[in-house]
Amino acid sequence: MRGLLGIQDLPRTEIERILDTAEAMVEISQREIKRVPTLRGRTVINLFLEPSTRTRVSFEIAAKRLSADAINVSSSGSSLSKAETLADMGQNLAAMNADVLVVRDRTAGVPKMLADRLPMPVINAGDGCHEHPTQALLDVFTVRQSLGTLDSRVVAIVGDISHSRVARSDIHAFTKMGAEVRVAGPPTMLPAGIDVLGVKACFSMEEALDGADVIIMLRIQRERLEQALFPSVREYSLTFGLNLRTLALAKPDAIVLHPGPINRGVEISGEVADAEPSRILDQVTNGVAVRMAVLYLVTGEQA
Amino acid sequence: MRTRIRGARILDPSSGRDEIGELDIDDGQIAELDSGATPDQVIEAEGLWLAPGFVDLHTHLREPGQEYKEDIATGTRAAAAGGYTAVCTMANTDPVNDSPAVTEYIRRRAHESAAVRVHVIAAATQQLRGEIMSEMASLASAGAVAFSDDGAVIRNASVMRRVLEYARGVGRPVIAHCEDLDLRGSGVVHEGASATCCGLPGSPAEAETVMVARDVELARLTGAHLHIAHVSAGRSVDIIREAKESGVRVTAEVTPHHLCLTDEAILNYDTNAKMAPPLRTARDQEALRQGLADGTIDCVATDHAPHAAYEKDLEFTAAAFGVVGLETALPCVMELVIEGRLSALDAMARLSTRPARVLGLRGGTLETGAPADLVLIDPEQVWKLEAVDLHSRSRNSPFLGRELRGRAMLTWVGGHVVHALDGDGA
Amino acid sequence: MREAQADSARVVLDAPGIERAATRIAHEIVERNGGTEDLVLVAIVAGGRDVAELIRDRLRQIAGKDVPLGALDVTLYRDDVVGQGRRPVPNPTRMPVSVAGKRVVLVDDVVFTGRTVRAAMDAIIDFGRPDAIQVATLVDRGHRELPIRVDFVGKNIPTARSDEVLLHRNSRGELEVVV
Repeated sequence: MRGLLGIQDLPRTEIERILDTAEAMVEISQREIKRVPTLRGRTVINLFLEPSTRTRVSFEIAAKRLSADAINVSSSGSSLSKAETLADMGQNLAAMNADVLVVRDRTAGVPKMLADRLPMPVINAGDGCHEHPTQALLDVFTVRQSLGTLDSRVVAIVGDISHSRVARSDIHAFTKMGAEVRVAGPPTMLPAGIDVLGVKACFSMEEALDGADVIIMLRIQRERLEQALFPSVREYSLTFGLNLRTLALAKPDAIVLHPGPINRGVEISGEVADAEPSRILDQVTNGVAVRMAVLYLVTGEQA
Repeated sequence: MRTRIRGARILDPSSGRDEIGELDIDDGQIAELDSGATPDQVIEAEGLWLAPGFVDLHTHLREPGQEYKEDIATGTRAAAAGGYTAVCTMANTDPVNDSPAVTEYIRRRAHESAAVRVHVIAAATQQLRGEIMSEMASLASAGAVAFSDDGAVIRNASVMRRVLEYARGVGRPVIAHCEDLDLRGSGVVHEGASATCCGLPGSPAEAETVMVARDVELARLTGAHLHIAHVSAGRSVDIIREAKESGVRVTAEVTPHHLCLTDEAILNYDTNAKMAPPLRTARDQEALRQGLADGTIDCVATDHAPHAAYEKDLEFTAAAFGVVGLETALPCVMELVIEGRLSALDAMARLSTRPARVLGLRGGTLETGAPADLVLIDPEQVWKLEAVDLHSRSRNSPFLGRELRGRAMLTWVGGHVVHALDGDGA
Repeated sequence: MREAQADSARVVLDAPGIERAATRIAHEIVERNGGTEDLVLVAIVAGGRDVAELIRDRLRQIAGKDVPLGALDVTLYRDDVVGQGRRPVPNPTRMPVSVAGKRVVLVDDVVFTGRTVRAAMDAIIDFGRPDAIQVATLVDRGHRELPIRVDFVGKNIPTARSDEVLLHRNSRGELEVVV
């Protein structure tokens, strides 16, 4: 695997290979000494040009559990902007002789543009509203853990689909794994041409959750209020919030995922977040294993 | 000195002439064919096309102020290499061309350094702010051929109305970049499937069509000549067609890139496929081709917008809007000829005669006595565009690395050769 | 379980031979360790799994009680897979009991260069400090690249370095070792 830029171009067999590898990684995090020497002497640069604690920490732990040296470069110390071109940034990173580059950026396409310019594998840790492939992989992994096969499962993704890289990656990943994917949210948050991604767009929780095996709730960004995409948090919560009433619309054994951090009382009520169907903490645990698997697989093949 | 071009297919859209023949250039003009006169030079041009030099209504030469992107010398050399003998340079220079002094400066610099004729488009409003109209009468006296705020867009409909009214009195058209900037928002690509897949912020086709509709109605109200720049949406073509049928004085142009590319070009985040208006869907592209073929869209204009590499080699949202186009317009239009959408004569008309007529410029004709502004074309030559081949100071072409068909071999302005392709040319 | 090889494969150890080797190894393990107290069998997966299960069954017959059996995938400890092309997918490792203070017997089907055993020893030590680590194998084919000694051998088989030696199930579902 030469880097991981997105799920869109990843065949199902590769997704399965990553998930199978992650199965072996889970056990390492359960040991007393949570470390294997696989990437000893390798350097992983976590280039986070958009603030993110969770994903960065998850990648950092993953790298360290494989014995790699993880260096964090965050937005406060550096910025890709008009002041520095991608080529300049790329040359600087290449000069540091890193073995893997993990990139998070506000702008879609930056990981791809860096990968085109750099010799080392690049892992997309979230780019703008494009993709967040490791999140989708850990979501699929978590669902597989609970439900076994994904074939013919119904997955409902609820929230601001337009601005969600998690939604895009999840749509690709679950669709490829054989699931039926629905997206739901106010029409102002469903992007143009979403049907080309092979999903059904729903305008209500009733429509989206009917018969759903998996519910993925997306975090609602309050700044979308300013863009006039929804009138108020209250109304959003009433129409698209997941609570015990709306949860009952789904299958009785449905599970609930959320990429975090959650807004309790906005897109998800506290009693659902803490309830038995919630897999939110499993996702965090599995995130480390999936990222270890990706780091392991991308470092195997040289240019 | 008399030069005779022999054996070429002569294409003169101004007269409808399309035949194998010969043409003499003498004293900077197209001369009466006189078999008795002995030419000083004979150019054998079998298999080539001879047409009036192309006229570009939409060029950013960047001088004064942004010479690191382009200047009059490099931009007009690119024009000559593309078969152009006249370009109209846009007003968004630094300082803005909103005063006779800047207009005169550009004309003087053109006189000193330009390879082809340079016509000046002046700002429609002062500082392109869309508030107070520029001194259009003085600018017209100084040589401005049209008025435009281009991408700055006059948001206020009342200001646009006054600009159109005033320009009508001055006898010059207003060129409108039709884009509702509020509706576009942060959009950098066409809002559609490609934008959704890439996660890039989109701008809907309606950001253009609502402004086309507004400006067409204001042209109807004022009786002014409105020229719509770089039409990109299929629905815009419908609005323009309907306006023309109902007698509105509206003309329109389309860019070579909107004719030849769709929004799928952004799928690999190529910032050389980023421009305003954005590349749209295959349906829009088809409507643009249809509109150009049936005359709803009068002509092809390049919107040649050079940018330095460091302004393009950035995140997609941060990269500058615009592409260079002067050197690739001909092969783009040739695509339509090859597909049978345009006859050779019609293709030449949309590059030369019609744009000249839109702004009332000289040129676009092979009539005896006209200035010898000519282009000799190899319609069959297949060539691959490499960055080093470009004469422009900038390299931001979406066609880099592509195989193109059709190429300008020789370009004359006033009888002088301003471009001769090296190698197996004429 | 790897696929059966082509016809040219030569059987060097058949099913009864494997059974006898496992029985003998089990007896030797009991003898060396003075019983099965504090003993942990760890199969190096995937190759060592069948052999380890055979040895565990024999130990149960001999000592009358179960010896814990773990599974260890050493892929993540290997020093010879980096940069070697497509990475193998590791199998999950399972340690049923802590190895601290135990006598660990690593079980593999074939010992060759010794690199797998080296990796397995590193892995075991990451799980704790065993009192001893011993190595049992069905086949020792020589060509060691590291100073690794095998404690319990089913059969020594001289091979060429380029030979491929593997344990598999034949068409009748019986285990056999082929070269």
